Amino acid sequence: MPREVIVRTINLKKTYMLGKIPLPVLKGIDLEIEKGEYISIMGPSGSGKTTLFNMIGGLDKPTEGKVYIDEVDIAQLDAYELAWLRCRKIGYIFQTFNLIPVMTALENVMLPMIFAGMSTDDAREKAKLLLETVGLGDRLHHKPFELSGGQQQRVAIARALANDPAIILADEPTGNLDLKTGKEIINLLRQMNKEKQVSIITATHDLKMLDVSDRVIWIRDGMIERIEDRENLDIRVGHVEGEEAG
Amino acid sequence: MEKKIEKQLSLPLKNALQMSLRNFKIRFGRAIIVTMSILLGIAFFMSIMTSNAFTYALIEKGPENIKTLLIENISELKARQTWLLTLSLLVCTVGIINSMLMAVTERSREIGTMKCLGALDRFVMELFLLEAMIHGIGGSIVGSIIGVLIMTIVYLIQYKKIILSIFPLLQILKYFGLSIILGTGLAIIGALYPAIVSARMEPAEAIRREV
Repeated sequence: MPREVIVRTINLKKTYMLGKIPLPVLKGIDLEIEKGEYISIMGPSGSGKTTLFNMIGGLDKPTEGKVYIDEVDIAQLDAYELAWLRCRKIGYIFQTFNLIPVMTALENVMLPMIFAGMSTDDAREKAKLLLETVGLGDRLHHKPFELSGGQQQRVAIARALANDPAIILADEPTGNLDLKTGKEIINLLRQMNKEKQVSIITATHDLKMLDVSDRVIWIRDGMIERIEDRENLDIRVGHVEGEEAG
Repeated sequence: MEKKIEKQLSLPLKNALQMSLRNFKIRFGRAIIVTMSILLGIAFFMSIMTSNAFTYALIEKGPENIKTLLIENISELKARQTWLLTLSLLVCTVGIINSMLMAVTERSREIGTMKCLGALDRFVMELFLLEAMIHGIGGSIVGSIIGVLIMTIVYLIQYKKIILSIFPLLQILKYFGLSIILGTGLAIIGALYPAIVSARMEPAEAIRREV
């Protein structure tokens, strides 16, 4: 199979201004992510994971450097094209779920499809199907506050998959969940990754993610510390779990 | 480089209206407060317009003694009413802008999320302006009715049954229409600024923003 790079960043930098003091958060990230990969971006809090996540997702503008999604430089896109990219190419999952509180699970999943111009009936059918896939077929008409954290995150996953994106970006998807639910969400993401060939990029410091990742990108202080393939990881996972047990 | 962007993004009016109405229903307490500020302003406005209509009707068709009394004071009356009218509109505008600002700021995260899902700035604007319109129409209809009722009662107490015989229905209906246009217009103007600000935020910024 030919290599198909879906995300490429070149010398990506982001500096926030704290009043008048510049605070560099990303200090030059060069990254290539292939189609269908499951990537974990690991690093301690404050290392720039979420900032990198926002840059790749076109949710914030880099100070310097480039982000290519599917070989398109997203800095060159106008507001309309950028919205289209967010709508059709990328699915987002957040630590805090970020469902629209006044809408039912079904309507939350339908929303991106409505934006994409799908008819209400088609959107409803597809949303039902997606919610069944994530195991919430019996919770279609519940509002977010009537769902548990794990269930809300499942809705968010279904919503992220709504327009068959090429990439799913997940920022600490297990951060607000207990161990068991977190594990279920990780497995669900992996299953979607396998079934739908969607690339998954998670920013996380949840070590459970290591199990399922194809590659792990370790970030420290806004720089890539190292990138590890799955084969080299297994040993480390055992080590880490041993640590946890002890 | 080939651009892969052809398809339309859309938010049909039907869906937008549905979402706005839903918001109104679910955040009912909050919505009522916003509507109240419009309602009170418009009730104030409408009561003054109604009182105007009564005064002119009395001058035209009322008994001689009331007529002469009113004509003597008409210039002073007019000045006071203009002042009250301006005041009521000011209070109304400031109240609406304040409420809409709050409503938008506390929903910052929701706006950010919608933009992640592919909402254009225009959709966000559309939703907030539609909501403002619902507030505006609801508030000004109820406000107008209250204004007319209060003034009718006041004049009934003061002038007794004469008021009913000279009731300036046409004039009051005209003011009713005017106040609905005014109330809705003010609500939309009040919502415009916060809606523009919120629609223009980068999604990451909107989600990050703490209220």
